[in-house]
Amino acid sequence: MKLTLKIWRQKNANDKGKIVDYKVDDVSPDMSFLEMLDVLNQDLIDKNEEPIAFDHDCREGICGMCSMYINGRAHGPDTSITVCQLHMRSFKDGDTIYIEPWRAAAFPVIKDLIVDRSAFDRIQQAGGFISVNTSGNTQDANGTLISKHAADTAMDAATCIGCGACVATCKNSSAMLFVGAKVSQYALLPQGQIEAADRVRNMVAQMDLEGFGNCTNTGACEVECPKGITLENIARMNRELMKASI
Amino acid sequence: MSGFLKSSIGRKVAMALSAFFLMFFLLMHVSINLLSVFSADAFNTASHFMGTNWLVQFIMQPILIFGVVFHFVMGFILEFRNKKSNGIAYVKNNGAANSSWMSRNMIYSGLVILAFILLHFIDFWFPEINHKYIEVLPEDPTRYFGELQHKFTPLWRVAAYVVSFILLGLHLGHGFTSAFQSMGVTAGRKKTLKTIGKVYSIIIPLAFIFIALYHHFNH
Repeated sequence: MKLTLKIWRQKNANDKGKIVDYKVDDVSPDMSFLEMLDVLNQDLIDKNEEPIAFDHDCREGICGMCSMYINGRAHGPDTSITVCQLHMRSFKDGDTIYIEPWRAAAFPVIKDLIVDRSAFDRIQQAGGFISVNTSGNTQDANGTLISKHAADTAMDAATCIGCGACVATCKNSSAMLFVGAKVSQYALLPQGQIEAADRVRNMVAQMDLEGFGNCTNTGACEVECPKGITLENIARMNRELMKASI
Repeated sequence: MSGFLKSSIGRKVAMALSAFFLMFFLLMHVSINLLSVFSADAFNTASHFMGTNWLVQFIMQPILIFGVVFHFVMGFILEFRNKKSNGIAYVKNNGAANSSWMSRNMIYSGLVILAFILLHFIDFWFPEINHKYIEVLPEDPTRYFGELQHKFTPLWRVAAYVVSFILLGLHLGHGFTSAFQSMGVTAGRKKTLKTIGKVYSIIIPLAFIFIALYHHFNH
C-alpha cells in the first residue's frame, strides 16, 4: 500500500503547529497503525529528520495512550478499538490519512500527537477511590455480598481506560462519559456507598475546574469509546449528583 | 444546593426542566389552536378565556415568558462555555460518523425558533397587549378566529411558520430524549420514551403546520 499521511507536527506546547505531508510506501495491510508510524519514523530517523512523537505503551488496547484523531474520528474509522488495534487493512491503497492529536482546552498538546491528559488524573484523585483500612485487619472481599447484576454493571463501567476519546470526539470537549464511568463503578458497589456523595460532588467540581465542556447528549462519546462505556453512566452520574445535592 | 446549580450538571438539569415546561406548553398551545380547525366558536371561547383569565394572564404568562427566556439564555451560555472548552479545531472532523446533525447543531435550530418567536410575538402577542392594556379597546370575545385567519393570509408568513416548525420538530427530535437523559433517565435505552419522543416531535410541529396551511387555504 502507498499512502499519503497528513500529520500534525508541533515542536512543543508553545509552538503553533501545522499539518505536514508524508509519503509512505510498502505498507502491509497486516500492520497495525502504530507499526505503520514506526516504519515512517524509522525512515525519518534514517534521513536525520525529527521522528513523529506519539504516545503508546501496551499496544494491546488496554493502556489508552494512543490518543490520535484519524481521518476525523477518535482512534480512526473502526469502532470499539484503540489505535494500536487499528490495522492498515481498514484503509485503501492510495488513501490520504489525516492524523491529529486530541483537541480540547483541557488536553493541551505537548508535542506532535502527544497531549497532556493529567486533567483525568486530577479528576480521579478528587474522588475516584474508596478508603479502606489496610492495617492488617482487611476484610475478605467475598465477605460483602454483591448481586451479579451490580457486579457486572460496575465492571462494565470500570473497563474505562481513560483514553480520552470521549473528550476528543465530543463537540463540547466534555469529559462526562469518563467521569460518569468512574462515578458509576463505585456507586454500584456497597464499598462505594460511604463516600458516594462526596465522590460525585468532588469529581464533578474538578471536571468543571479543568475546563471540560458540558454534555449535550449527542452520544458521540458512546460510539467512539473503545471499551463500550454507555451513556447510562452519564445518566447515573447526573442522578448521583442530584441525590448528593438535595 | 448552590454548588449544584453552579455545576455543569446543574445547568444541564435546569436546561432540561425548562425544556419539559416548554414541551408541556407546546402541547397546550397546539390543542387550543386545533380548535380553530373544527369550530370558530370553540376557538374564540378558549382564546377569550386564556386572554382574560387573571391566573393565565398574570401568573402563567410571566412564568412562560421566564421559561422561554431562561431556556434561550441558558442555551447560549452553555454553547459559549462549551466553545471555550474546545481546543484548536480539527483539520478533518467527521461528526456525522457518530452523532446526528441535529444533536450537534441545537443552537442553530434554536436560533431559528428564537427568530420565529419574535415574529410570533409581533404577529399576535404585541397586538394583544396593545388591544388590552395600551389602547384598552372594548373586548370582543369573537375577534380571535378572524385575527388568526387574517394572519395566515400572506404566503410568506405561512412559509416562515412552516420552516420554523420543521426546525422545531428537529430540535424536539433531539431535545426530548436529551432532556430525559440530563435528568438521569436514559431515554436512549428505553424504547417507550424514545417512541414517545419521536411521536411528539413529529405530531406537534405537523399539527402547527396543518393549522397554518388550513387557514391560508380556507380564509
